[in-house]
Amino acid sequence: MLRAILIAIGVFFSGMMLYSFGASTYAYLTDPAAPTAEEEFHLHPKEVHFSFNGSLGHYDRQQLQRGFQVFKEVCSACHSLKFVAFRDLEQLGYSEAEVKAIAKQWTIKAPDVDPKTGEPSTRDPVPADHFPKPFANNVAAAAANNNAIPPDLSLMAKARHDGPAYIHSLLTGFQSQEGFKNAKGKELLKEFPDSKTPEGLHFNPYFANLNLAMAPPLTAEGQVSYGDGTKATVDQMATDVSAFLMWTAEPKLESRKSTGMAVLFFLLIATGLAYLSYRNIWADKKH
Amino acid sequence: MSFPWAAHYTPKAPLMKWIDERLPLPRLVYNSIGAGYPVPRNLNYMWNFGVLSGLALVIQIVSGIIMAMHYAANDLVAFGTVEHVMRDVNSGWLIRYAHANGASFFFIVVYLHIFRGLFYGSYKAPREMVWLLGLVIYLLMMATAFMGYVLPWGQMSYWGAKVITGLFGAIPVVGEPIQTWLLGGFAPGNAALNRFFSLHYLLPFVIAGVIILHIWALHIPGSNNPTGVDVKGPQDTVPFHPYYTAKDGFGAGVFLILFSILLFFAPNFLGHPDNYIEANPLSTPAHIVPEWYFWPFYAILRAFTFDFFFVPAKLLGVLAMFAAILLLFFLPWLDNSPVRSGKFRPVFKQFFIVLCIDVLILGWCGGAPATAGYVMISQIAAAYYFAHFLIILPLIAMFEKPLPLPNSITEAVLAKHNLQGEEPAAVPAE
Amino acid sequence: MATAEHTGTEGLSGGDGVRRRDFINIAAVSFAGVGAVAVVLPLVNQMNPSADVLALASSEVDLSAIQPGQAIKTTFRSQPLFVRHLTPKEIAEADAVDASTLRDPQTLEERTVDGKKQWLVTMGVCTHLGCVPLGAGEGEVRGEYGGYFCPCHGSSYDTAARIRKGPAPLNLEVPEYKFTSDTAILVG
Repeated sequence: MLRAILIAIGVFFSGMMLYSFGASTYAYLTDPAAPTAEEEFHLHPKEVHFSFNGSLGHYDRQQLQRGFQVFKEVCSACHSLKFVAFRDLEQLGYSEAEVKAIAKQWTIKAPDVDPKTGEPSTRDPVPADHFPKPFANNVAAAAANNNAIPPDLSLMAKARHDGPAYIHSLLTGFQSQEGFKNAKGKELLKEFPDSKTPEGLHFNPYFANLNLAMAPPLTAEGQVSYGDGTKATVDQMATDVSAFLMWTAEPKLESRKSTGMAVLFFLLIATGLAYLSYRNIWADKKH
Repeated sequence: MSFPWAAHYTPKAPLMKWIDERLPLPRLVYNSIGAGYPVPRNLNYMWNFGVLSGLALVIQIVSGIIMAMHYAANDLVAFGTVEHVMRDVNSGWLIRYAHANGASFFFIVVYLHIFRGLFYGSYKAPREMVWLLGLVIYLLMMATAFMGYVLPWGQMSYWGAKVITGLFGAIPVVGEPIQTWLLGGFAPGNAALNRFFSLHYLLPFVIAGVIILHIWALHIPGSNNPTGVDVKGPQDTVPFHPYYTAKDGFGAGVFLILFSILLFFAPNFLGHPDNYIEANPLSTPAHIVPEWYFWPFYAILRAFTFDFFFVPAKLLGVLAMFAAILLLFFLPWLDNSPVRSGKFRPVFKQFFIVLCIDVLILGWCGGAPATAGYVMISQIAAAYYFAHFLIILPLIAMFEKPLPLPNSITEAVLAKHNLQGEEPAAVPAE
Repeated sequence: MATAEHTGTEGLSGGDGVRRRDFINIAAVSFAGVGAVAVVLPLVNQMNPSADVLALASSEVDLSAIQPGQAIKTTFRSQPLFVRHLTPKEIAEADAVDASTLRDPQTLEERTVDGKKQWLVTMGVCTHLGCVPLGAGEGEVRGEYGGYFCPCHGSSYDTAARIRKGPAPLNLEVPEYKFTSDTAILVG
């Protein structure tokens, strides 16, 4: 009896599924979903080589310092970096005194309370402070940026697929929408005349919906003057700041990989011994 | 406990004797995972996954207790405290990545454990209770994993909580009040986060308790084996220790190597990038997907796209998803073939392979965006899933002609080694 | 059980072929033990202060508003810090004591910065069991030696914050600090 009920349930669900399959096939054939501009013209991140790729890769400290400079001079005007503290910069190779100076001279001041009046005030950041936010809250951020809130960048490199390459591609991917063609040679504005970039947005095929509020932040060679003599091309600046943002997202990457190597080495030996021990114990047992 | 020839615990050290006379805990351990538990001698590597599941639970509990030392279940700071663990706490990144990837490995080994049971008929008499308790553990694991995923309070946490509790909203009349009650609000918020944290901390210990019952129930009939044939005598078994402790030790090593590769070199491979974005109630991620271990059921949920008379598609999807799990509780009575092991059931074996592929397809569709193509594939796959358990298995049991079974485990082992007659004196002397 | 002789811990003394292989079992178990210990280390270490706690800012204290005879209570590393402007009388009282007779022999000079003897900077943590002594706040009891008095178990400190009476073993701790100007100090 129980089995009969269960079989009936099975017939019901399987039947429903087959019916749904028939119905969705019919719908698919008679009324196929129209392709969207995003599906046809969105580009995956470019292939970018970073020193930290691969299981032995590690950060290039010079590059991180250059990337930090780009962040400081370009990105930090609008984007926060709230999970990173000034003290963390020592990991980029800055000395304690340099970090202190960087914090003290930071353009955006740390929020504080006036000790006499209790009114909100500001002070120079110290190494223990996290990077101060450029806007007091989301409303202020949206109001100052044409209704778009600049996202926090601390974790950006982990919050997107293929993060560092994505950031690099996005920064270098601004282009004119006129005449933009995909790999198949189709032209965007001919295929989708309605998808013209709205006023105030900027066309970028690496962005999920092709149009983003951020204006191209890296526009000219030499926008940042690097202290180490590296030529500050737009591509170089984009690569450097992407590497820096990978570091802000995953500051423990290097100790993670080196610990991993040691752990794997140990485990391989231990497991080899465990296997020999297992064979040894079972030596006189057929199984 | 199970067989008359099981070794009896005779403590040698005076201290152990003293303890055993007052609290027979050493005896209990000896009889359950020591030399006092006779186990079929022919278990293959698929039998490693029970112990490995236990190891995974230990990893989760230890790393989880440590996470709770640094985490704060408050919607304003939860995301930040996880980042605090990742950046500032000593070895915090290791513990957090171990906990996040440990959940995935727990499910990997438990799924292998379940499919081993499905193939070798470990759910059949007299082990029905072992199977049922195992399913209870599985349900508790799903609840724990779901609530744990909410705790970092990223975008996927938030929207996952919203969507999964929304499933209850599909129930007619009482659905919405239940959803509001579960969340303690009209959307996930601080109340939901705190209760999920409380339950996420509690349930693993409930799981540990049910595991004890699971092992207890297993020790009444003793372990199944690849032939599915009952143990006939002492020559069929070896003591758990040292034979299977050694084998499990090796298995644990392999498990830890694979776990370390993921943990140290691709810790975010199984996670979703959107969960590194802080929860934002005003913006939904483009594709809400649960963690990979829920994908097959998520595919079944989404496969229902059409109403059935007065039953809306949403409710059907929820019913089907729960049915897909609950039907496993009836498996011992759906498949009443007297032969346990799939090795000796030629027809069953074919369909079992189809089922494995089917579940993989469902998983693949569940993780993909809900476009027409994927939905159509998951509809076919879901139809087979229900048909397999509820229609095909009972039918196979009725019509299949099984292959001849070996007379005993020892006979099967000796046949494999192509030996004649009795094995030399390695059989434990009583 | 006959199988007992195959376990790693037994049959060490034997010399036959089977037993000589026991060292593999011992090695495997030892490796597992070493691994377990190696895992425990980070699990213990995670309870130590995290990087953000260790990096807590050094505190700057403005002294300009503290009149002779007054003291202020501020915080350093999440603990109370007392800054006291000693009057000449208090300095004289402190100097009058023969330091060698004290439980924790120190002179006021040793406990203050050269030439700034009137500024007494100490932690506000009783060296007995960590209560906050009274005496820094306006109108609080200063104990019979005119310095600080711990209400928990009655330790009395003198005007140089040295322990004079009660169970506390040491003088109130003087943290590391330096004068950044005539009226400001940087602690830590």
